[in-house]
Amino acid sequence: REIGTIIRSLGCCPNEGELHDLIAEVEEEEPTGYIRFEKFLPVMTNILVEKRYRPIPEEILLQAFEVLDPTKRGFLSKEELIKYMTEEGEPFSQEEMEEMLSAAIGPESNFIHYRDYITMMVIDEN
Amino acid sequence: MGSGASTHHHFAFQNAEKAFKAAALIQRWYRRYMARLEMRRQCTWSIFQSMEYAGQQDQVKLHDFFSYLVDHFTPSSHRESEYGLPHGASSCLGVTYGGDFLNRMFTEERVPQDSEVEKCSDYESIEVPDNYTGPHLSFPLLPDQATALVEAFRLKQQLHARYVLNLLHETRKHLVQLPNINRVSTCYSEEITVCERAYVFNGDFVDRGKDSVEILMVLFAFMLVYPKEFHLNRGNHEDHMVNLRYGFTKEVMQKYKTHGKKILQRLQDVFCWLPLATLVDEKVLILHGGVSDTTDLELLSKLDRHKIVSTLRCKTRKENEKQAEEKGKAKQTSSAGSLAPWFLPQSCSLPSSPLHLSSHKTHKAGRSSSVPCSTPLDPRGLSRQARRSVDLELERCRQQAGFLVIKEKEEPWVFNPEADSAAGELLEPTQEEWRQVVDILWSDPMAQEGCKANTVRGGGCYFGPNVTKQLLQKYNLQFLIRSHECKPEGYEFCHSRKVLTIFSASNYYAVGSNRGAYVKLGPALTPHIVQYQANKATHMLTMRQRQDFPMNLLEEFKKHDNGKTGLITLSDWAAAVESVLHLGLPWRMLRPQLVNSSTDNMLEYKSWLEDLAKEQLSHENIQSSLLETLYRNRSNLETIFRMIDSDHSGFISLDEFRQTWKLFSSHMKMDITDDGICDLARSIDFNKDGHIDINEFLEAVRLVEQSCSEGDAADCPQATNTQGSGSWPATEDSLVSVTQVAS
Repeated sequence: REIGTIIRSLGCCPNEGELHDLIAEVEEEEPTGYIRFEKFLPVMTNILVEKRYRPIPEEILLQAFEVLDPTKRGFLSKEELIKYMTEEGEPFSQEEMEEMLSAAIGPESNFIHYRDYITMMVIDEN
Repeated sequence: MGSGASTHHHFAFQNAEKAFKAAALIQRWYRRYMARLEMRRQCTWSIFQSMEYAGQQDQVKLHDFFSYLVDHFTPSSHRESEYGLPHGASSCLGVTYGGDFLNRMFTEERVPQDSEVEKCSDYESIEVPDNYTGPHLSFPLLPDQATALVEAFRLKQQLHARYVLNLLHETRKHLVQLPNINRVSTCYSEEITVCERAYVFNGDFVDRGKDSVEILMVLFAFMLVYPKEFHLNRGNHEDHMVNLRYGFTKEVMQKYKTHGKKILQRLQDVFCWLPLATLVDEKVLILHGGVSDTTDLELLSKLDRHKIVSTLRCKTRKENEKQAEEKGKAKQTSSAGSLAPWFLPQSCSLPSSPLHLSSHKTHKAGRSSSVPCSTPLDPRGLSRQARRSVDLELERCRQQAGFLVIKEKEEPWVFNPEADSAAGELLEPTQEEWRQVVDILWSDPMAQEGCKANTVRGGGCYFGPNVTKQLLQKYNLQFLIRSHECKPEGYEFCHSRKVLTIFSASNYYAVGSNRGAYVKLGPALTPHIVQYQANKATHMLTMRQRQDFPMNLLEEFKKHDNGKTGLITLSDWAAAVESVLHLGLPWRMLRPQLVNSSTDNMLEYKSWLEDLAKEQLSHENIQSSLLETLYRNRSNLETIFRMIDSDHSGFISLDEFRQTWKLFSSHMKMDITDDGICDLARSIDFNKDGHIDINEFLEAVRLVEQSCSEGDAADCPQATNTQGSGSWPATEDSLVSVTQVAS
């Protein structure tokens, strides 16, 4: 959904559930699939003013990965990552999973060194 | 490790919960990351597209300008004769100068088109030297020669001018036999696939990349070898006017110094003979741009496509009354001084437009008679007197051209049944015919219903799903395939899969910007898309430089800086930038990429501009307002130069230079003294050979700017031109570095 893209690119980091709620708030009565700007603007402004859905600091992200890697090897195997991302939390779609993997590791490799991964993504972002 | 079962259980549960949360967190973050990437990608896309179209718009505006001049200054063979000037003529222009000058421009432009002066023997006289190591061609062309050609080009060889001309000659012969709307049939039968594959190339073969010539040669060669399987459609870039601006003309002249202009003349002709569309199995229509709500396939198949020389500017019949109408319209609807370009289909959604009526009625009949002013639809028009004299002059010019046309038809080797039937008549297209062609070569689909003028391109229209539906129904078609627009995936369906856009050049804007694709039509004409992406982008495509960026911006920033503090807010910055560039880009979003030196939401704009200027290798004085205007029009000037240099000799005479200057300055509403220009003209001719070449011309512009500048101390170094005297930094090959984006 494009609304998700917009909201996220404005600096907010809602999860899927929160996003759904948001969309429900701004959607038309009969869902046309489109969102009207006039409806969206005040809601979005509020979100920004209230600083809702703040993005995740890098350290927290690292901790999250470490939770999934309790023995602290420093990496996750491809299968492990897939399992977690597609079965836990708010699961990824097939496409999302493939995208993430293609960015995280090469085609031969089997392990995601998450520390490096995070650093790389964060730099890219800026 | 817990000792009891319950503790273990509890621990495990906690772990699971943590894992769940951790995963959710990661996902949340990742999705946001992807969203930002996507946004960035779209921004980049918009930027590239805007710049591309802005270039096209400029081209269009430039030709409006010339059309305007040609219409308002009656062509005259007598330098001294006077004609009453219609409104809008600038007072600083002498009629005689303008008239004679434009007369020459006008007629010279037509000569290459209509007189096959050199005829078939022109290439035969060209000798191929013994030390030529490139490919040789002999006709009729054989398959292995065509393949050899490809190989040769791959090895970076160049085809000798003689063969180029020969090939073009043969190509023309072939194209002339083809109808405007080419019909192709896939020949699938139930048991066997009978057909060898047929190929359709949907236009825009040139103007991008450094190898346009070679691409054309290959296409034409294969077309000649496999005439039944190989089909080409004309695109909006198969047009010598567009080529002037977008680099193809330059490429040809650079590669073929001796015979370049001859080749260009030939090409101009060959382009006009390219079919306008291809119809597959009577079901799938393939054309370059799109359609409009007035697209008439019958009309399109009957018109003389050869007469549509350029879709940018066209001298059509019944022009004088169109002119009168337009002026009347312009006066009524638009602000003073702006002339409605006449290919803008303002009548798109107005069925009862006067333009329509007169054209439709006189379609067939009109061809055989040179009709003077018919219905005077213009209520406030020119005096009869003025119009009459305009008529006479235009008539005279046309007859002159017509004479040349007749001459051509007598040549035995040119067999053109259409032309024969109209022999002895003036064969200019009607307004309607021309507009139909513009529509199919320039239009773009849009999501909304309806049909409106394509203001971004400056020609053709935006057509909605209802227009498509209407057209498909009317002609009993299944769907439409078109190109004309770059798409990230190389293709895009729209209008409920009734319109397919195919774009075959990957990495069009930049490395990794997009994939290319082609479509295969299978049994029952179902489309199968094949995508690809060139791995090695060996070439950055031509792109219009942001030449207007630094200059006007300073002025604009100053406006926002009332207290003359040297600082402006970032929102002012965004507004200023947009008002200068008119690119319609989300400047606020781009700000972080472009401005990294702001504090407290304020920007020291001068130093920012200077930094930018340094990046751009700009070494010019940025103070003068004259400079700003001319800088903005620098590429326009180049194009103008090339247009005036109609024989593509690379030189214009001092006289022409003077006249150019006057015309241009009047259009830009600047005041230049006659003497100043004369002196200038003489001083520009550095090597004193009585001619000005392009470098001298552009250097002149720069010098004039400096002499007119306000005398502010320039802290930029003077004329440290890194590329030799008088030549601008290479504009067309540099990739615009607006943003550093992750692709």
